[in-house]
Amino acid sequence: MRSIENVSRRGFLKGVAGTGAFVLAVRYVPPILSHHPAPDGQTEADRAPLHPNAFVGIETDGTVHIVAHRSEMGTAIRTTLPLVVADELDADWNRVKIDQAIGDKRYGDQNTDGSHSVRSFFDTMRECGASARWMLVQAAAQKWNVPASECSTAPHTVVHAKSGRKLGYGELASAAARLDVPKKEQLTFKKPAEWRYIGKGETSYDLEKLCTGKAIYGIDAKIEGMVYASIEHPPVYGGKVKSYDEQEALKVSGVHQTMLIDPFKPPAAFQPLGGVAVLADNTWAAFQGRKKLKITWDNGANEGYDSAEYKKELQETARKPAKVIRSVGDANAALAAASGSNVVEAEYYVPLLAHAPMEPMVALAEFKDGKATIWAPTQNPQAVQAIVSTELGIPKEDVICNVTLLGGGFGRKSKPDYVAEAAVLSKKVGRPVKVMWTREDDIKFDYYNAVAGMYFKAAVDAKGKPTTWLQRSVFPPITSIFDVNAVYGDPPHLAQGWTDMPYDLPNLSIENGPAKAHVRIGWLRSVANIYHGFGIQCFTDELAHRAHRDPYEYLLDLIGPARTIDFKNVEYPNYGASLETYPWETGRLRHVTEVVAEKSGWAKKKSVKGHGFGIAAHKSFLTYVATVVEVEVNDQGEIRIPRVDTAVDAGLIANPEITRAQFEGAAVFGTSIVRTGEITAKNGVIQQSNFNDYPVARINEAPRQTNVYLVESSAPPAGVGEPGVPPFVAAFCNAIYAATGKRVRNLPLSSSGLFG
Amino acid sequence: MVKINVNGIDHSFDGDPSMPLLWYLRDVLGLTGTKFGCGIALCGACTVHSNGEAIRSCITPLSAAAGSKIRTIEDVGANGLHPVQKAWIEVNAPQCGYCQSGQIMQAIALLKSKPHPTDQDIEDGMAGNICRCGTYQRIRAAIKLAAEKSA
Repeated sequence: MRSIENVSRRGFLKGVAGTGAFVLAVRYVPPILSHHPAPDGQTEADRAPLHPNAFVGIETDGTVHIVAHRSEMGTAIRTTLPLVVADELDADWNRVKIDQAIGDKRYGDQNTDGSHSVRSFFDTMRECGASARWMLVQAAAQKWNVPASECSTAPHTVVHAKSGRKLGYGELASAAARLDVPKKEQLTFKKPAEWRYIGKGETSYDLEKLCTGKAIYGIDAKIEGMVYASIEHPPVYGGKVKSYDEQEALKVSGVHQTMLIDPFKPPAAFQPLGGVAVLADNTWAAFQGRKKLKITWDNGANEGYDSAEYKKELQETARKPAKVIRSVGDANAALAAASGSNVVEAEYYVPLLAHAPMEPMVALAEFKDGKATIWAPTQNPQAVQAIVSTELGIPKEDVICNVTLLGGGFGRKSKPDYVAEAAVLSKKVGRPVKVMWTREDDIKFDYYNAVAGMYFKAAVDAKGKPTTWLQRSVFPPITSIFDVNAVYGDPPHLAQGWTDMPYDLPNLSIENGPAKAHVRIGWLRSVANIYHGFGIQCFTDELAHRAHRDPYEYLLDLIGPARTIDFKNVEYPNYGASLETYPWETGRLRHVTEVVAEKSGWAKKKSVKGHGFGIAAHKSFLTYVATVVEVEVNDQGEIRIPRVDTAVDAGLIANPEITRAQFEGAAVFGTSIVRTGEITAKNGVIQQSNFNDYPVARINEAPRQTNVYLVESSAPPAGVGEPGVPPFVAAFCNAIYAATGKRVRNLPLSSSGLFG
Repeated sequence: MVKINVNGIDHSFDGDPSMPLLWYLRDVLGLTGTKFGCGIALCGACTVHSNGEAIRSCITPLSAAAGSKIRTIEDVGANGLHPVQKAWIEVNAPQCGYCQSGQIMQAIALLKSKPHPTDQDIEDGMAGNICRCGTYQRIRAAIKLAAEKSA
């Protein structure tokens, strides 16, 4: 028996020919309504009598199955998108069952990252619900022999008001299934005023299971005959095993065997890092056996990597003219002409950051009869299919990736190297293998958020307002995991809060310099916005104080009057969205700034020694956010955060309560980054290992109270998972300055030397 | 041979007595509600009760747990939701939920010793339990709500 719950049943994929391309910005959304469901069915939805598209199935007892094709890591996306379907279907949410999709490109993009799930799939989900509703209405009209236009729906029921007749969705399912699936032009959609769930929201579909220990994560997956594996990875990125001795490891009770895993062939992408695996009866035995391995390593080219030296190099590079990404006027000429006393310079720095989701990397794989079946906490099951297919030399359609719940993701679980390890081992040993990373593995072998050095230079007028602004960032790019020669920021990541610096200034130069990666770089919640937002918003605060002006009013002054930023002749991918649908509107940034100032009572709050307020505004993932942070700093330099206020314009918000929770969480995530977030390396080896030396915020260090204000907006939906982090980070540091006079230019606080 | 009582049921185990309770619960008994987070008692994801006290099962060898009454999250809600679980649901505390078994076990133990905890009591009692999603504000509210309701 397969004792796996809450993951999709295994099925067979037919006719799926995937592409291996890795695309950062453009996501595929399928033409749902022309889609014919797989006849053999993978999901409960597929197998239901009425299944007009890949996402919906209706049983004759009225049960509605809705497929969640995105991964659940705490954002409740597994609830929110099905809720949109349910609304247009006019289904009773209590009769909805959610079906987690396997990796399958018929669902379109499944990479749950970039805060774009609602944005990319909102319309599609509505179409899925509306098309099923259309068929149910047609079926009822035929039964009653009345025009469909006379019929309407109430939850889970078609109603003919004239005659007072009603039929439940279950009663209509079989008849509706005989009808043709409607074309998009035939559909009618609810008006926003008629929405029952969209904009009102629901708590997580899994809420009770999450509180009773019944939720199934990747770590909980178990199938008969499986063995447990723990892997000793090369301590230096790009290193490999020279030789190893397994004798002592094999003596550990419960250990079966060891297995060499080949090093990756550059570029690393999502390949296994290589190393030596110990396979055993249980997790503990595998861990113990691994400790007994004697391995000699060839450390390779990154052995000389020292993060302290690297920091100096980054800063050195950041001081030199670099590639211009966007410019207005002539910043260099203006700076040369400015008098020394009006020129301000500052350097900012953010180190490598680890994701550290509470569930370390883990995956279960079974290779059997030429096919691989996976159970994994993955943000991207189609990337799992791609890498497992490559590693095992089997077609992508022969990789079935079941998606469990994720114990946190934050971007780490978009990169399925750990899943590939399980698949490779299963093929080698001929049994199902579950690979379990320790926390130490997680911290030492992450795809880190890039270390970044930034240089700012401004010339200010008599009132202290900049007339010229130069900003230069240097960071090893994420693209380095796909192209070993990549050293410059790629447009999608430069667009994250750098290319789109929003101030309306006569002279502007936005630049980017080169940096080589010596570890795997990857996206972490908010990604490049973390360092870009920190640098720009703290430098702004510096200038405000230098001008003896209120930082809030100064910030508004720099944002300027409402306008749409012109990106003509500038490469600005806009998070994969069109600038027509999602223009960059500074008026919306201004508005959230005004809202947060008002709600936080900014005007009445004066910073004094030991008690300060900071403000910052930053747009990311198409969402405008402004944040005010209050801090208390005692004589020992201990910092507390009594209150945070955040105003958010994310366009249409499908699930407000969940959105508030995301911004509360973002403040805590940002707290970790500011206080203690730092990965360092010596001789190529990562120096941190666990929550002792890579601490994350605890309840006593996190903000006591975060108030979230969701601004009413008629704009289309934008992101909510990530945009809360960058303005929090900057506002927190600005508050520290207000309370102490100490300017935080180097993160984190714990190694800034500013506080004890 | 280690004898151990888990959720009211007696078990005996003839494997490695140095195996931490966590892995015995998860890999041997199949009680997967208790989670692995750090392995060195820094995060609290593995919190269970031993004779009513919160302990970190990831560093508790089976030999040390022998003879104790161990209670896990699976037993807490077995006969209807515990008031603490109800409070967790009411305030919509979890995000990913992975740490919440441990948080709930820790909160139950806290409320046993401090039925009406202050903010400081909550911070002192819960600082050993990490939530990377950052649900602390709601955890605090849930603990206060549970305390209020049982008053």
